[in-house]
Amino acid sequence: MNDQIWWWVLGASLVAFLTKLAGYLVPGEWLERPRVRLTMTATTIGLLSALIWLNALENDGALRVDARLAALLAALVALKLRAPFLVVVLVGAATAAVLRQFGLG
Amino acid sequence: MSVAIATGLYGISFGALSLSAGLGLWQTQALSALMFTGGSQFAFIGTVAAGGAEAFAAASLLGVRNAVYGAEIKALFQPRGAAVPLHAHFTIDESVATAFAQQVSADQRRGFWTAGLGVFALWNLFTLLGALAGSRMGDPAAWGLDGAAVAAFCGLLWPRLNSRNAWLIAGIAAAVSVLSVPWVAPGVPILLAALVAAAVSQVLGPSGPPESRQPDDGSGA
Repeated sequence: MNDQIWWWVLGASLVAFLTKLAGYLVPGEWLERPRVRLTMTATTIGLLSALIWLNALENDGALRVDARLAALLAALVALKLRAPFLVVVLVGAATAAVLRQFGLG
Repeated sequence: MSVAIATGLYGISFGALSLSAGLGLWQTQALSALMFTGGSQFAFIGTVAAGGAEAFAAASLLGVRNAVYGAEIKALFQPRGAAVPLHAHFTIDESVATAFAQQVSADQRRGFWTAGLGVFALWNLFTLLGALAGSRMGDPAAWGLDGAAVAAFCGLLWPRLNSRNAWLIAGIAAAVSVLSVPWVAPGVPILLAALVAAAVSQVLGPSGPPESRQPDDGSGA
């Protein structure tokens, strides 16, 4: 990756900080409004869900089913079984790695 | 301190996955030290393949709830002057949750700073360890690191799926983003997801008892 990304790293970090700061500066009542809270919660859920499925299925501008989808399903099983975060991540890695060893995606 | 330790372990995942996403050691460390909010950091590295602007947008969108945290901590501690930006930087899921778990005011402050500083130190340390491991790993695909990234996002979302509406929004956002991939530029699907999620939530309205805070189970997002 080239140095261009640095600007985005720093820029995104600055925005993250300013967002935190905004909470201290804007009138609390505005952020407490139910509609605002609802939107924020929903946006977080929608973004995370999209990140999951896009990272599982997207490849170079197209959709592709491969070992990543298997990793997703394995992770869901691990979560249902109440595995801690690190275990879930390792399950995802192991699933993808093992499948690839067998030449499957 | 157990909150800090549990959260620090996420750092290893982040560090390694950041490297496999193509970022360098310093960029990875910068995210953990300067951005310092797990969900946004994972969103950044999860999107950066589509471009820097897309990563910027995804990370920024995922960070908006920290503004709500800021308002809550402001109501609690009322920091003044230079203390404000200092509090702001350490305003994350864990420090806020720890502060609100305490009854007495002095304990709340101690809780906020113990969790905030503790998580910061361990998060950055483990990011470094993960990044060093990631940089030595060779082919990320062979190690299944992309599968690990998908699993990590599942782990971050899971605690939030606490209502039927949450599942609905997650499902609709996923469908919209995935189906749009062949039709739009890279990075757009994720923004569509955010838009659709926000829109759908207005239609659905709140579901059940008001959600006070993200669950404190060390999800670190």
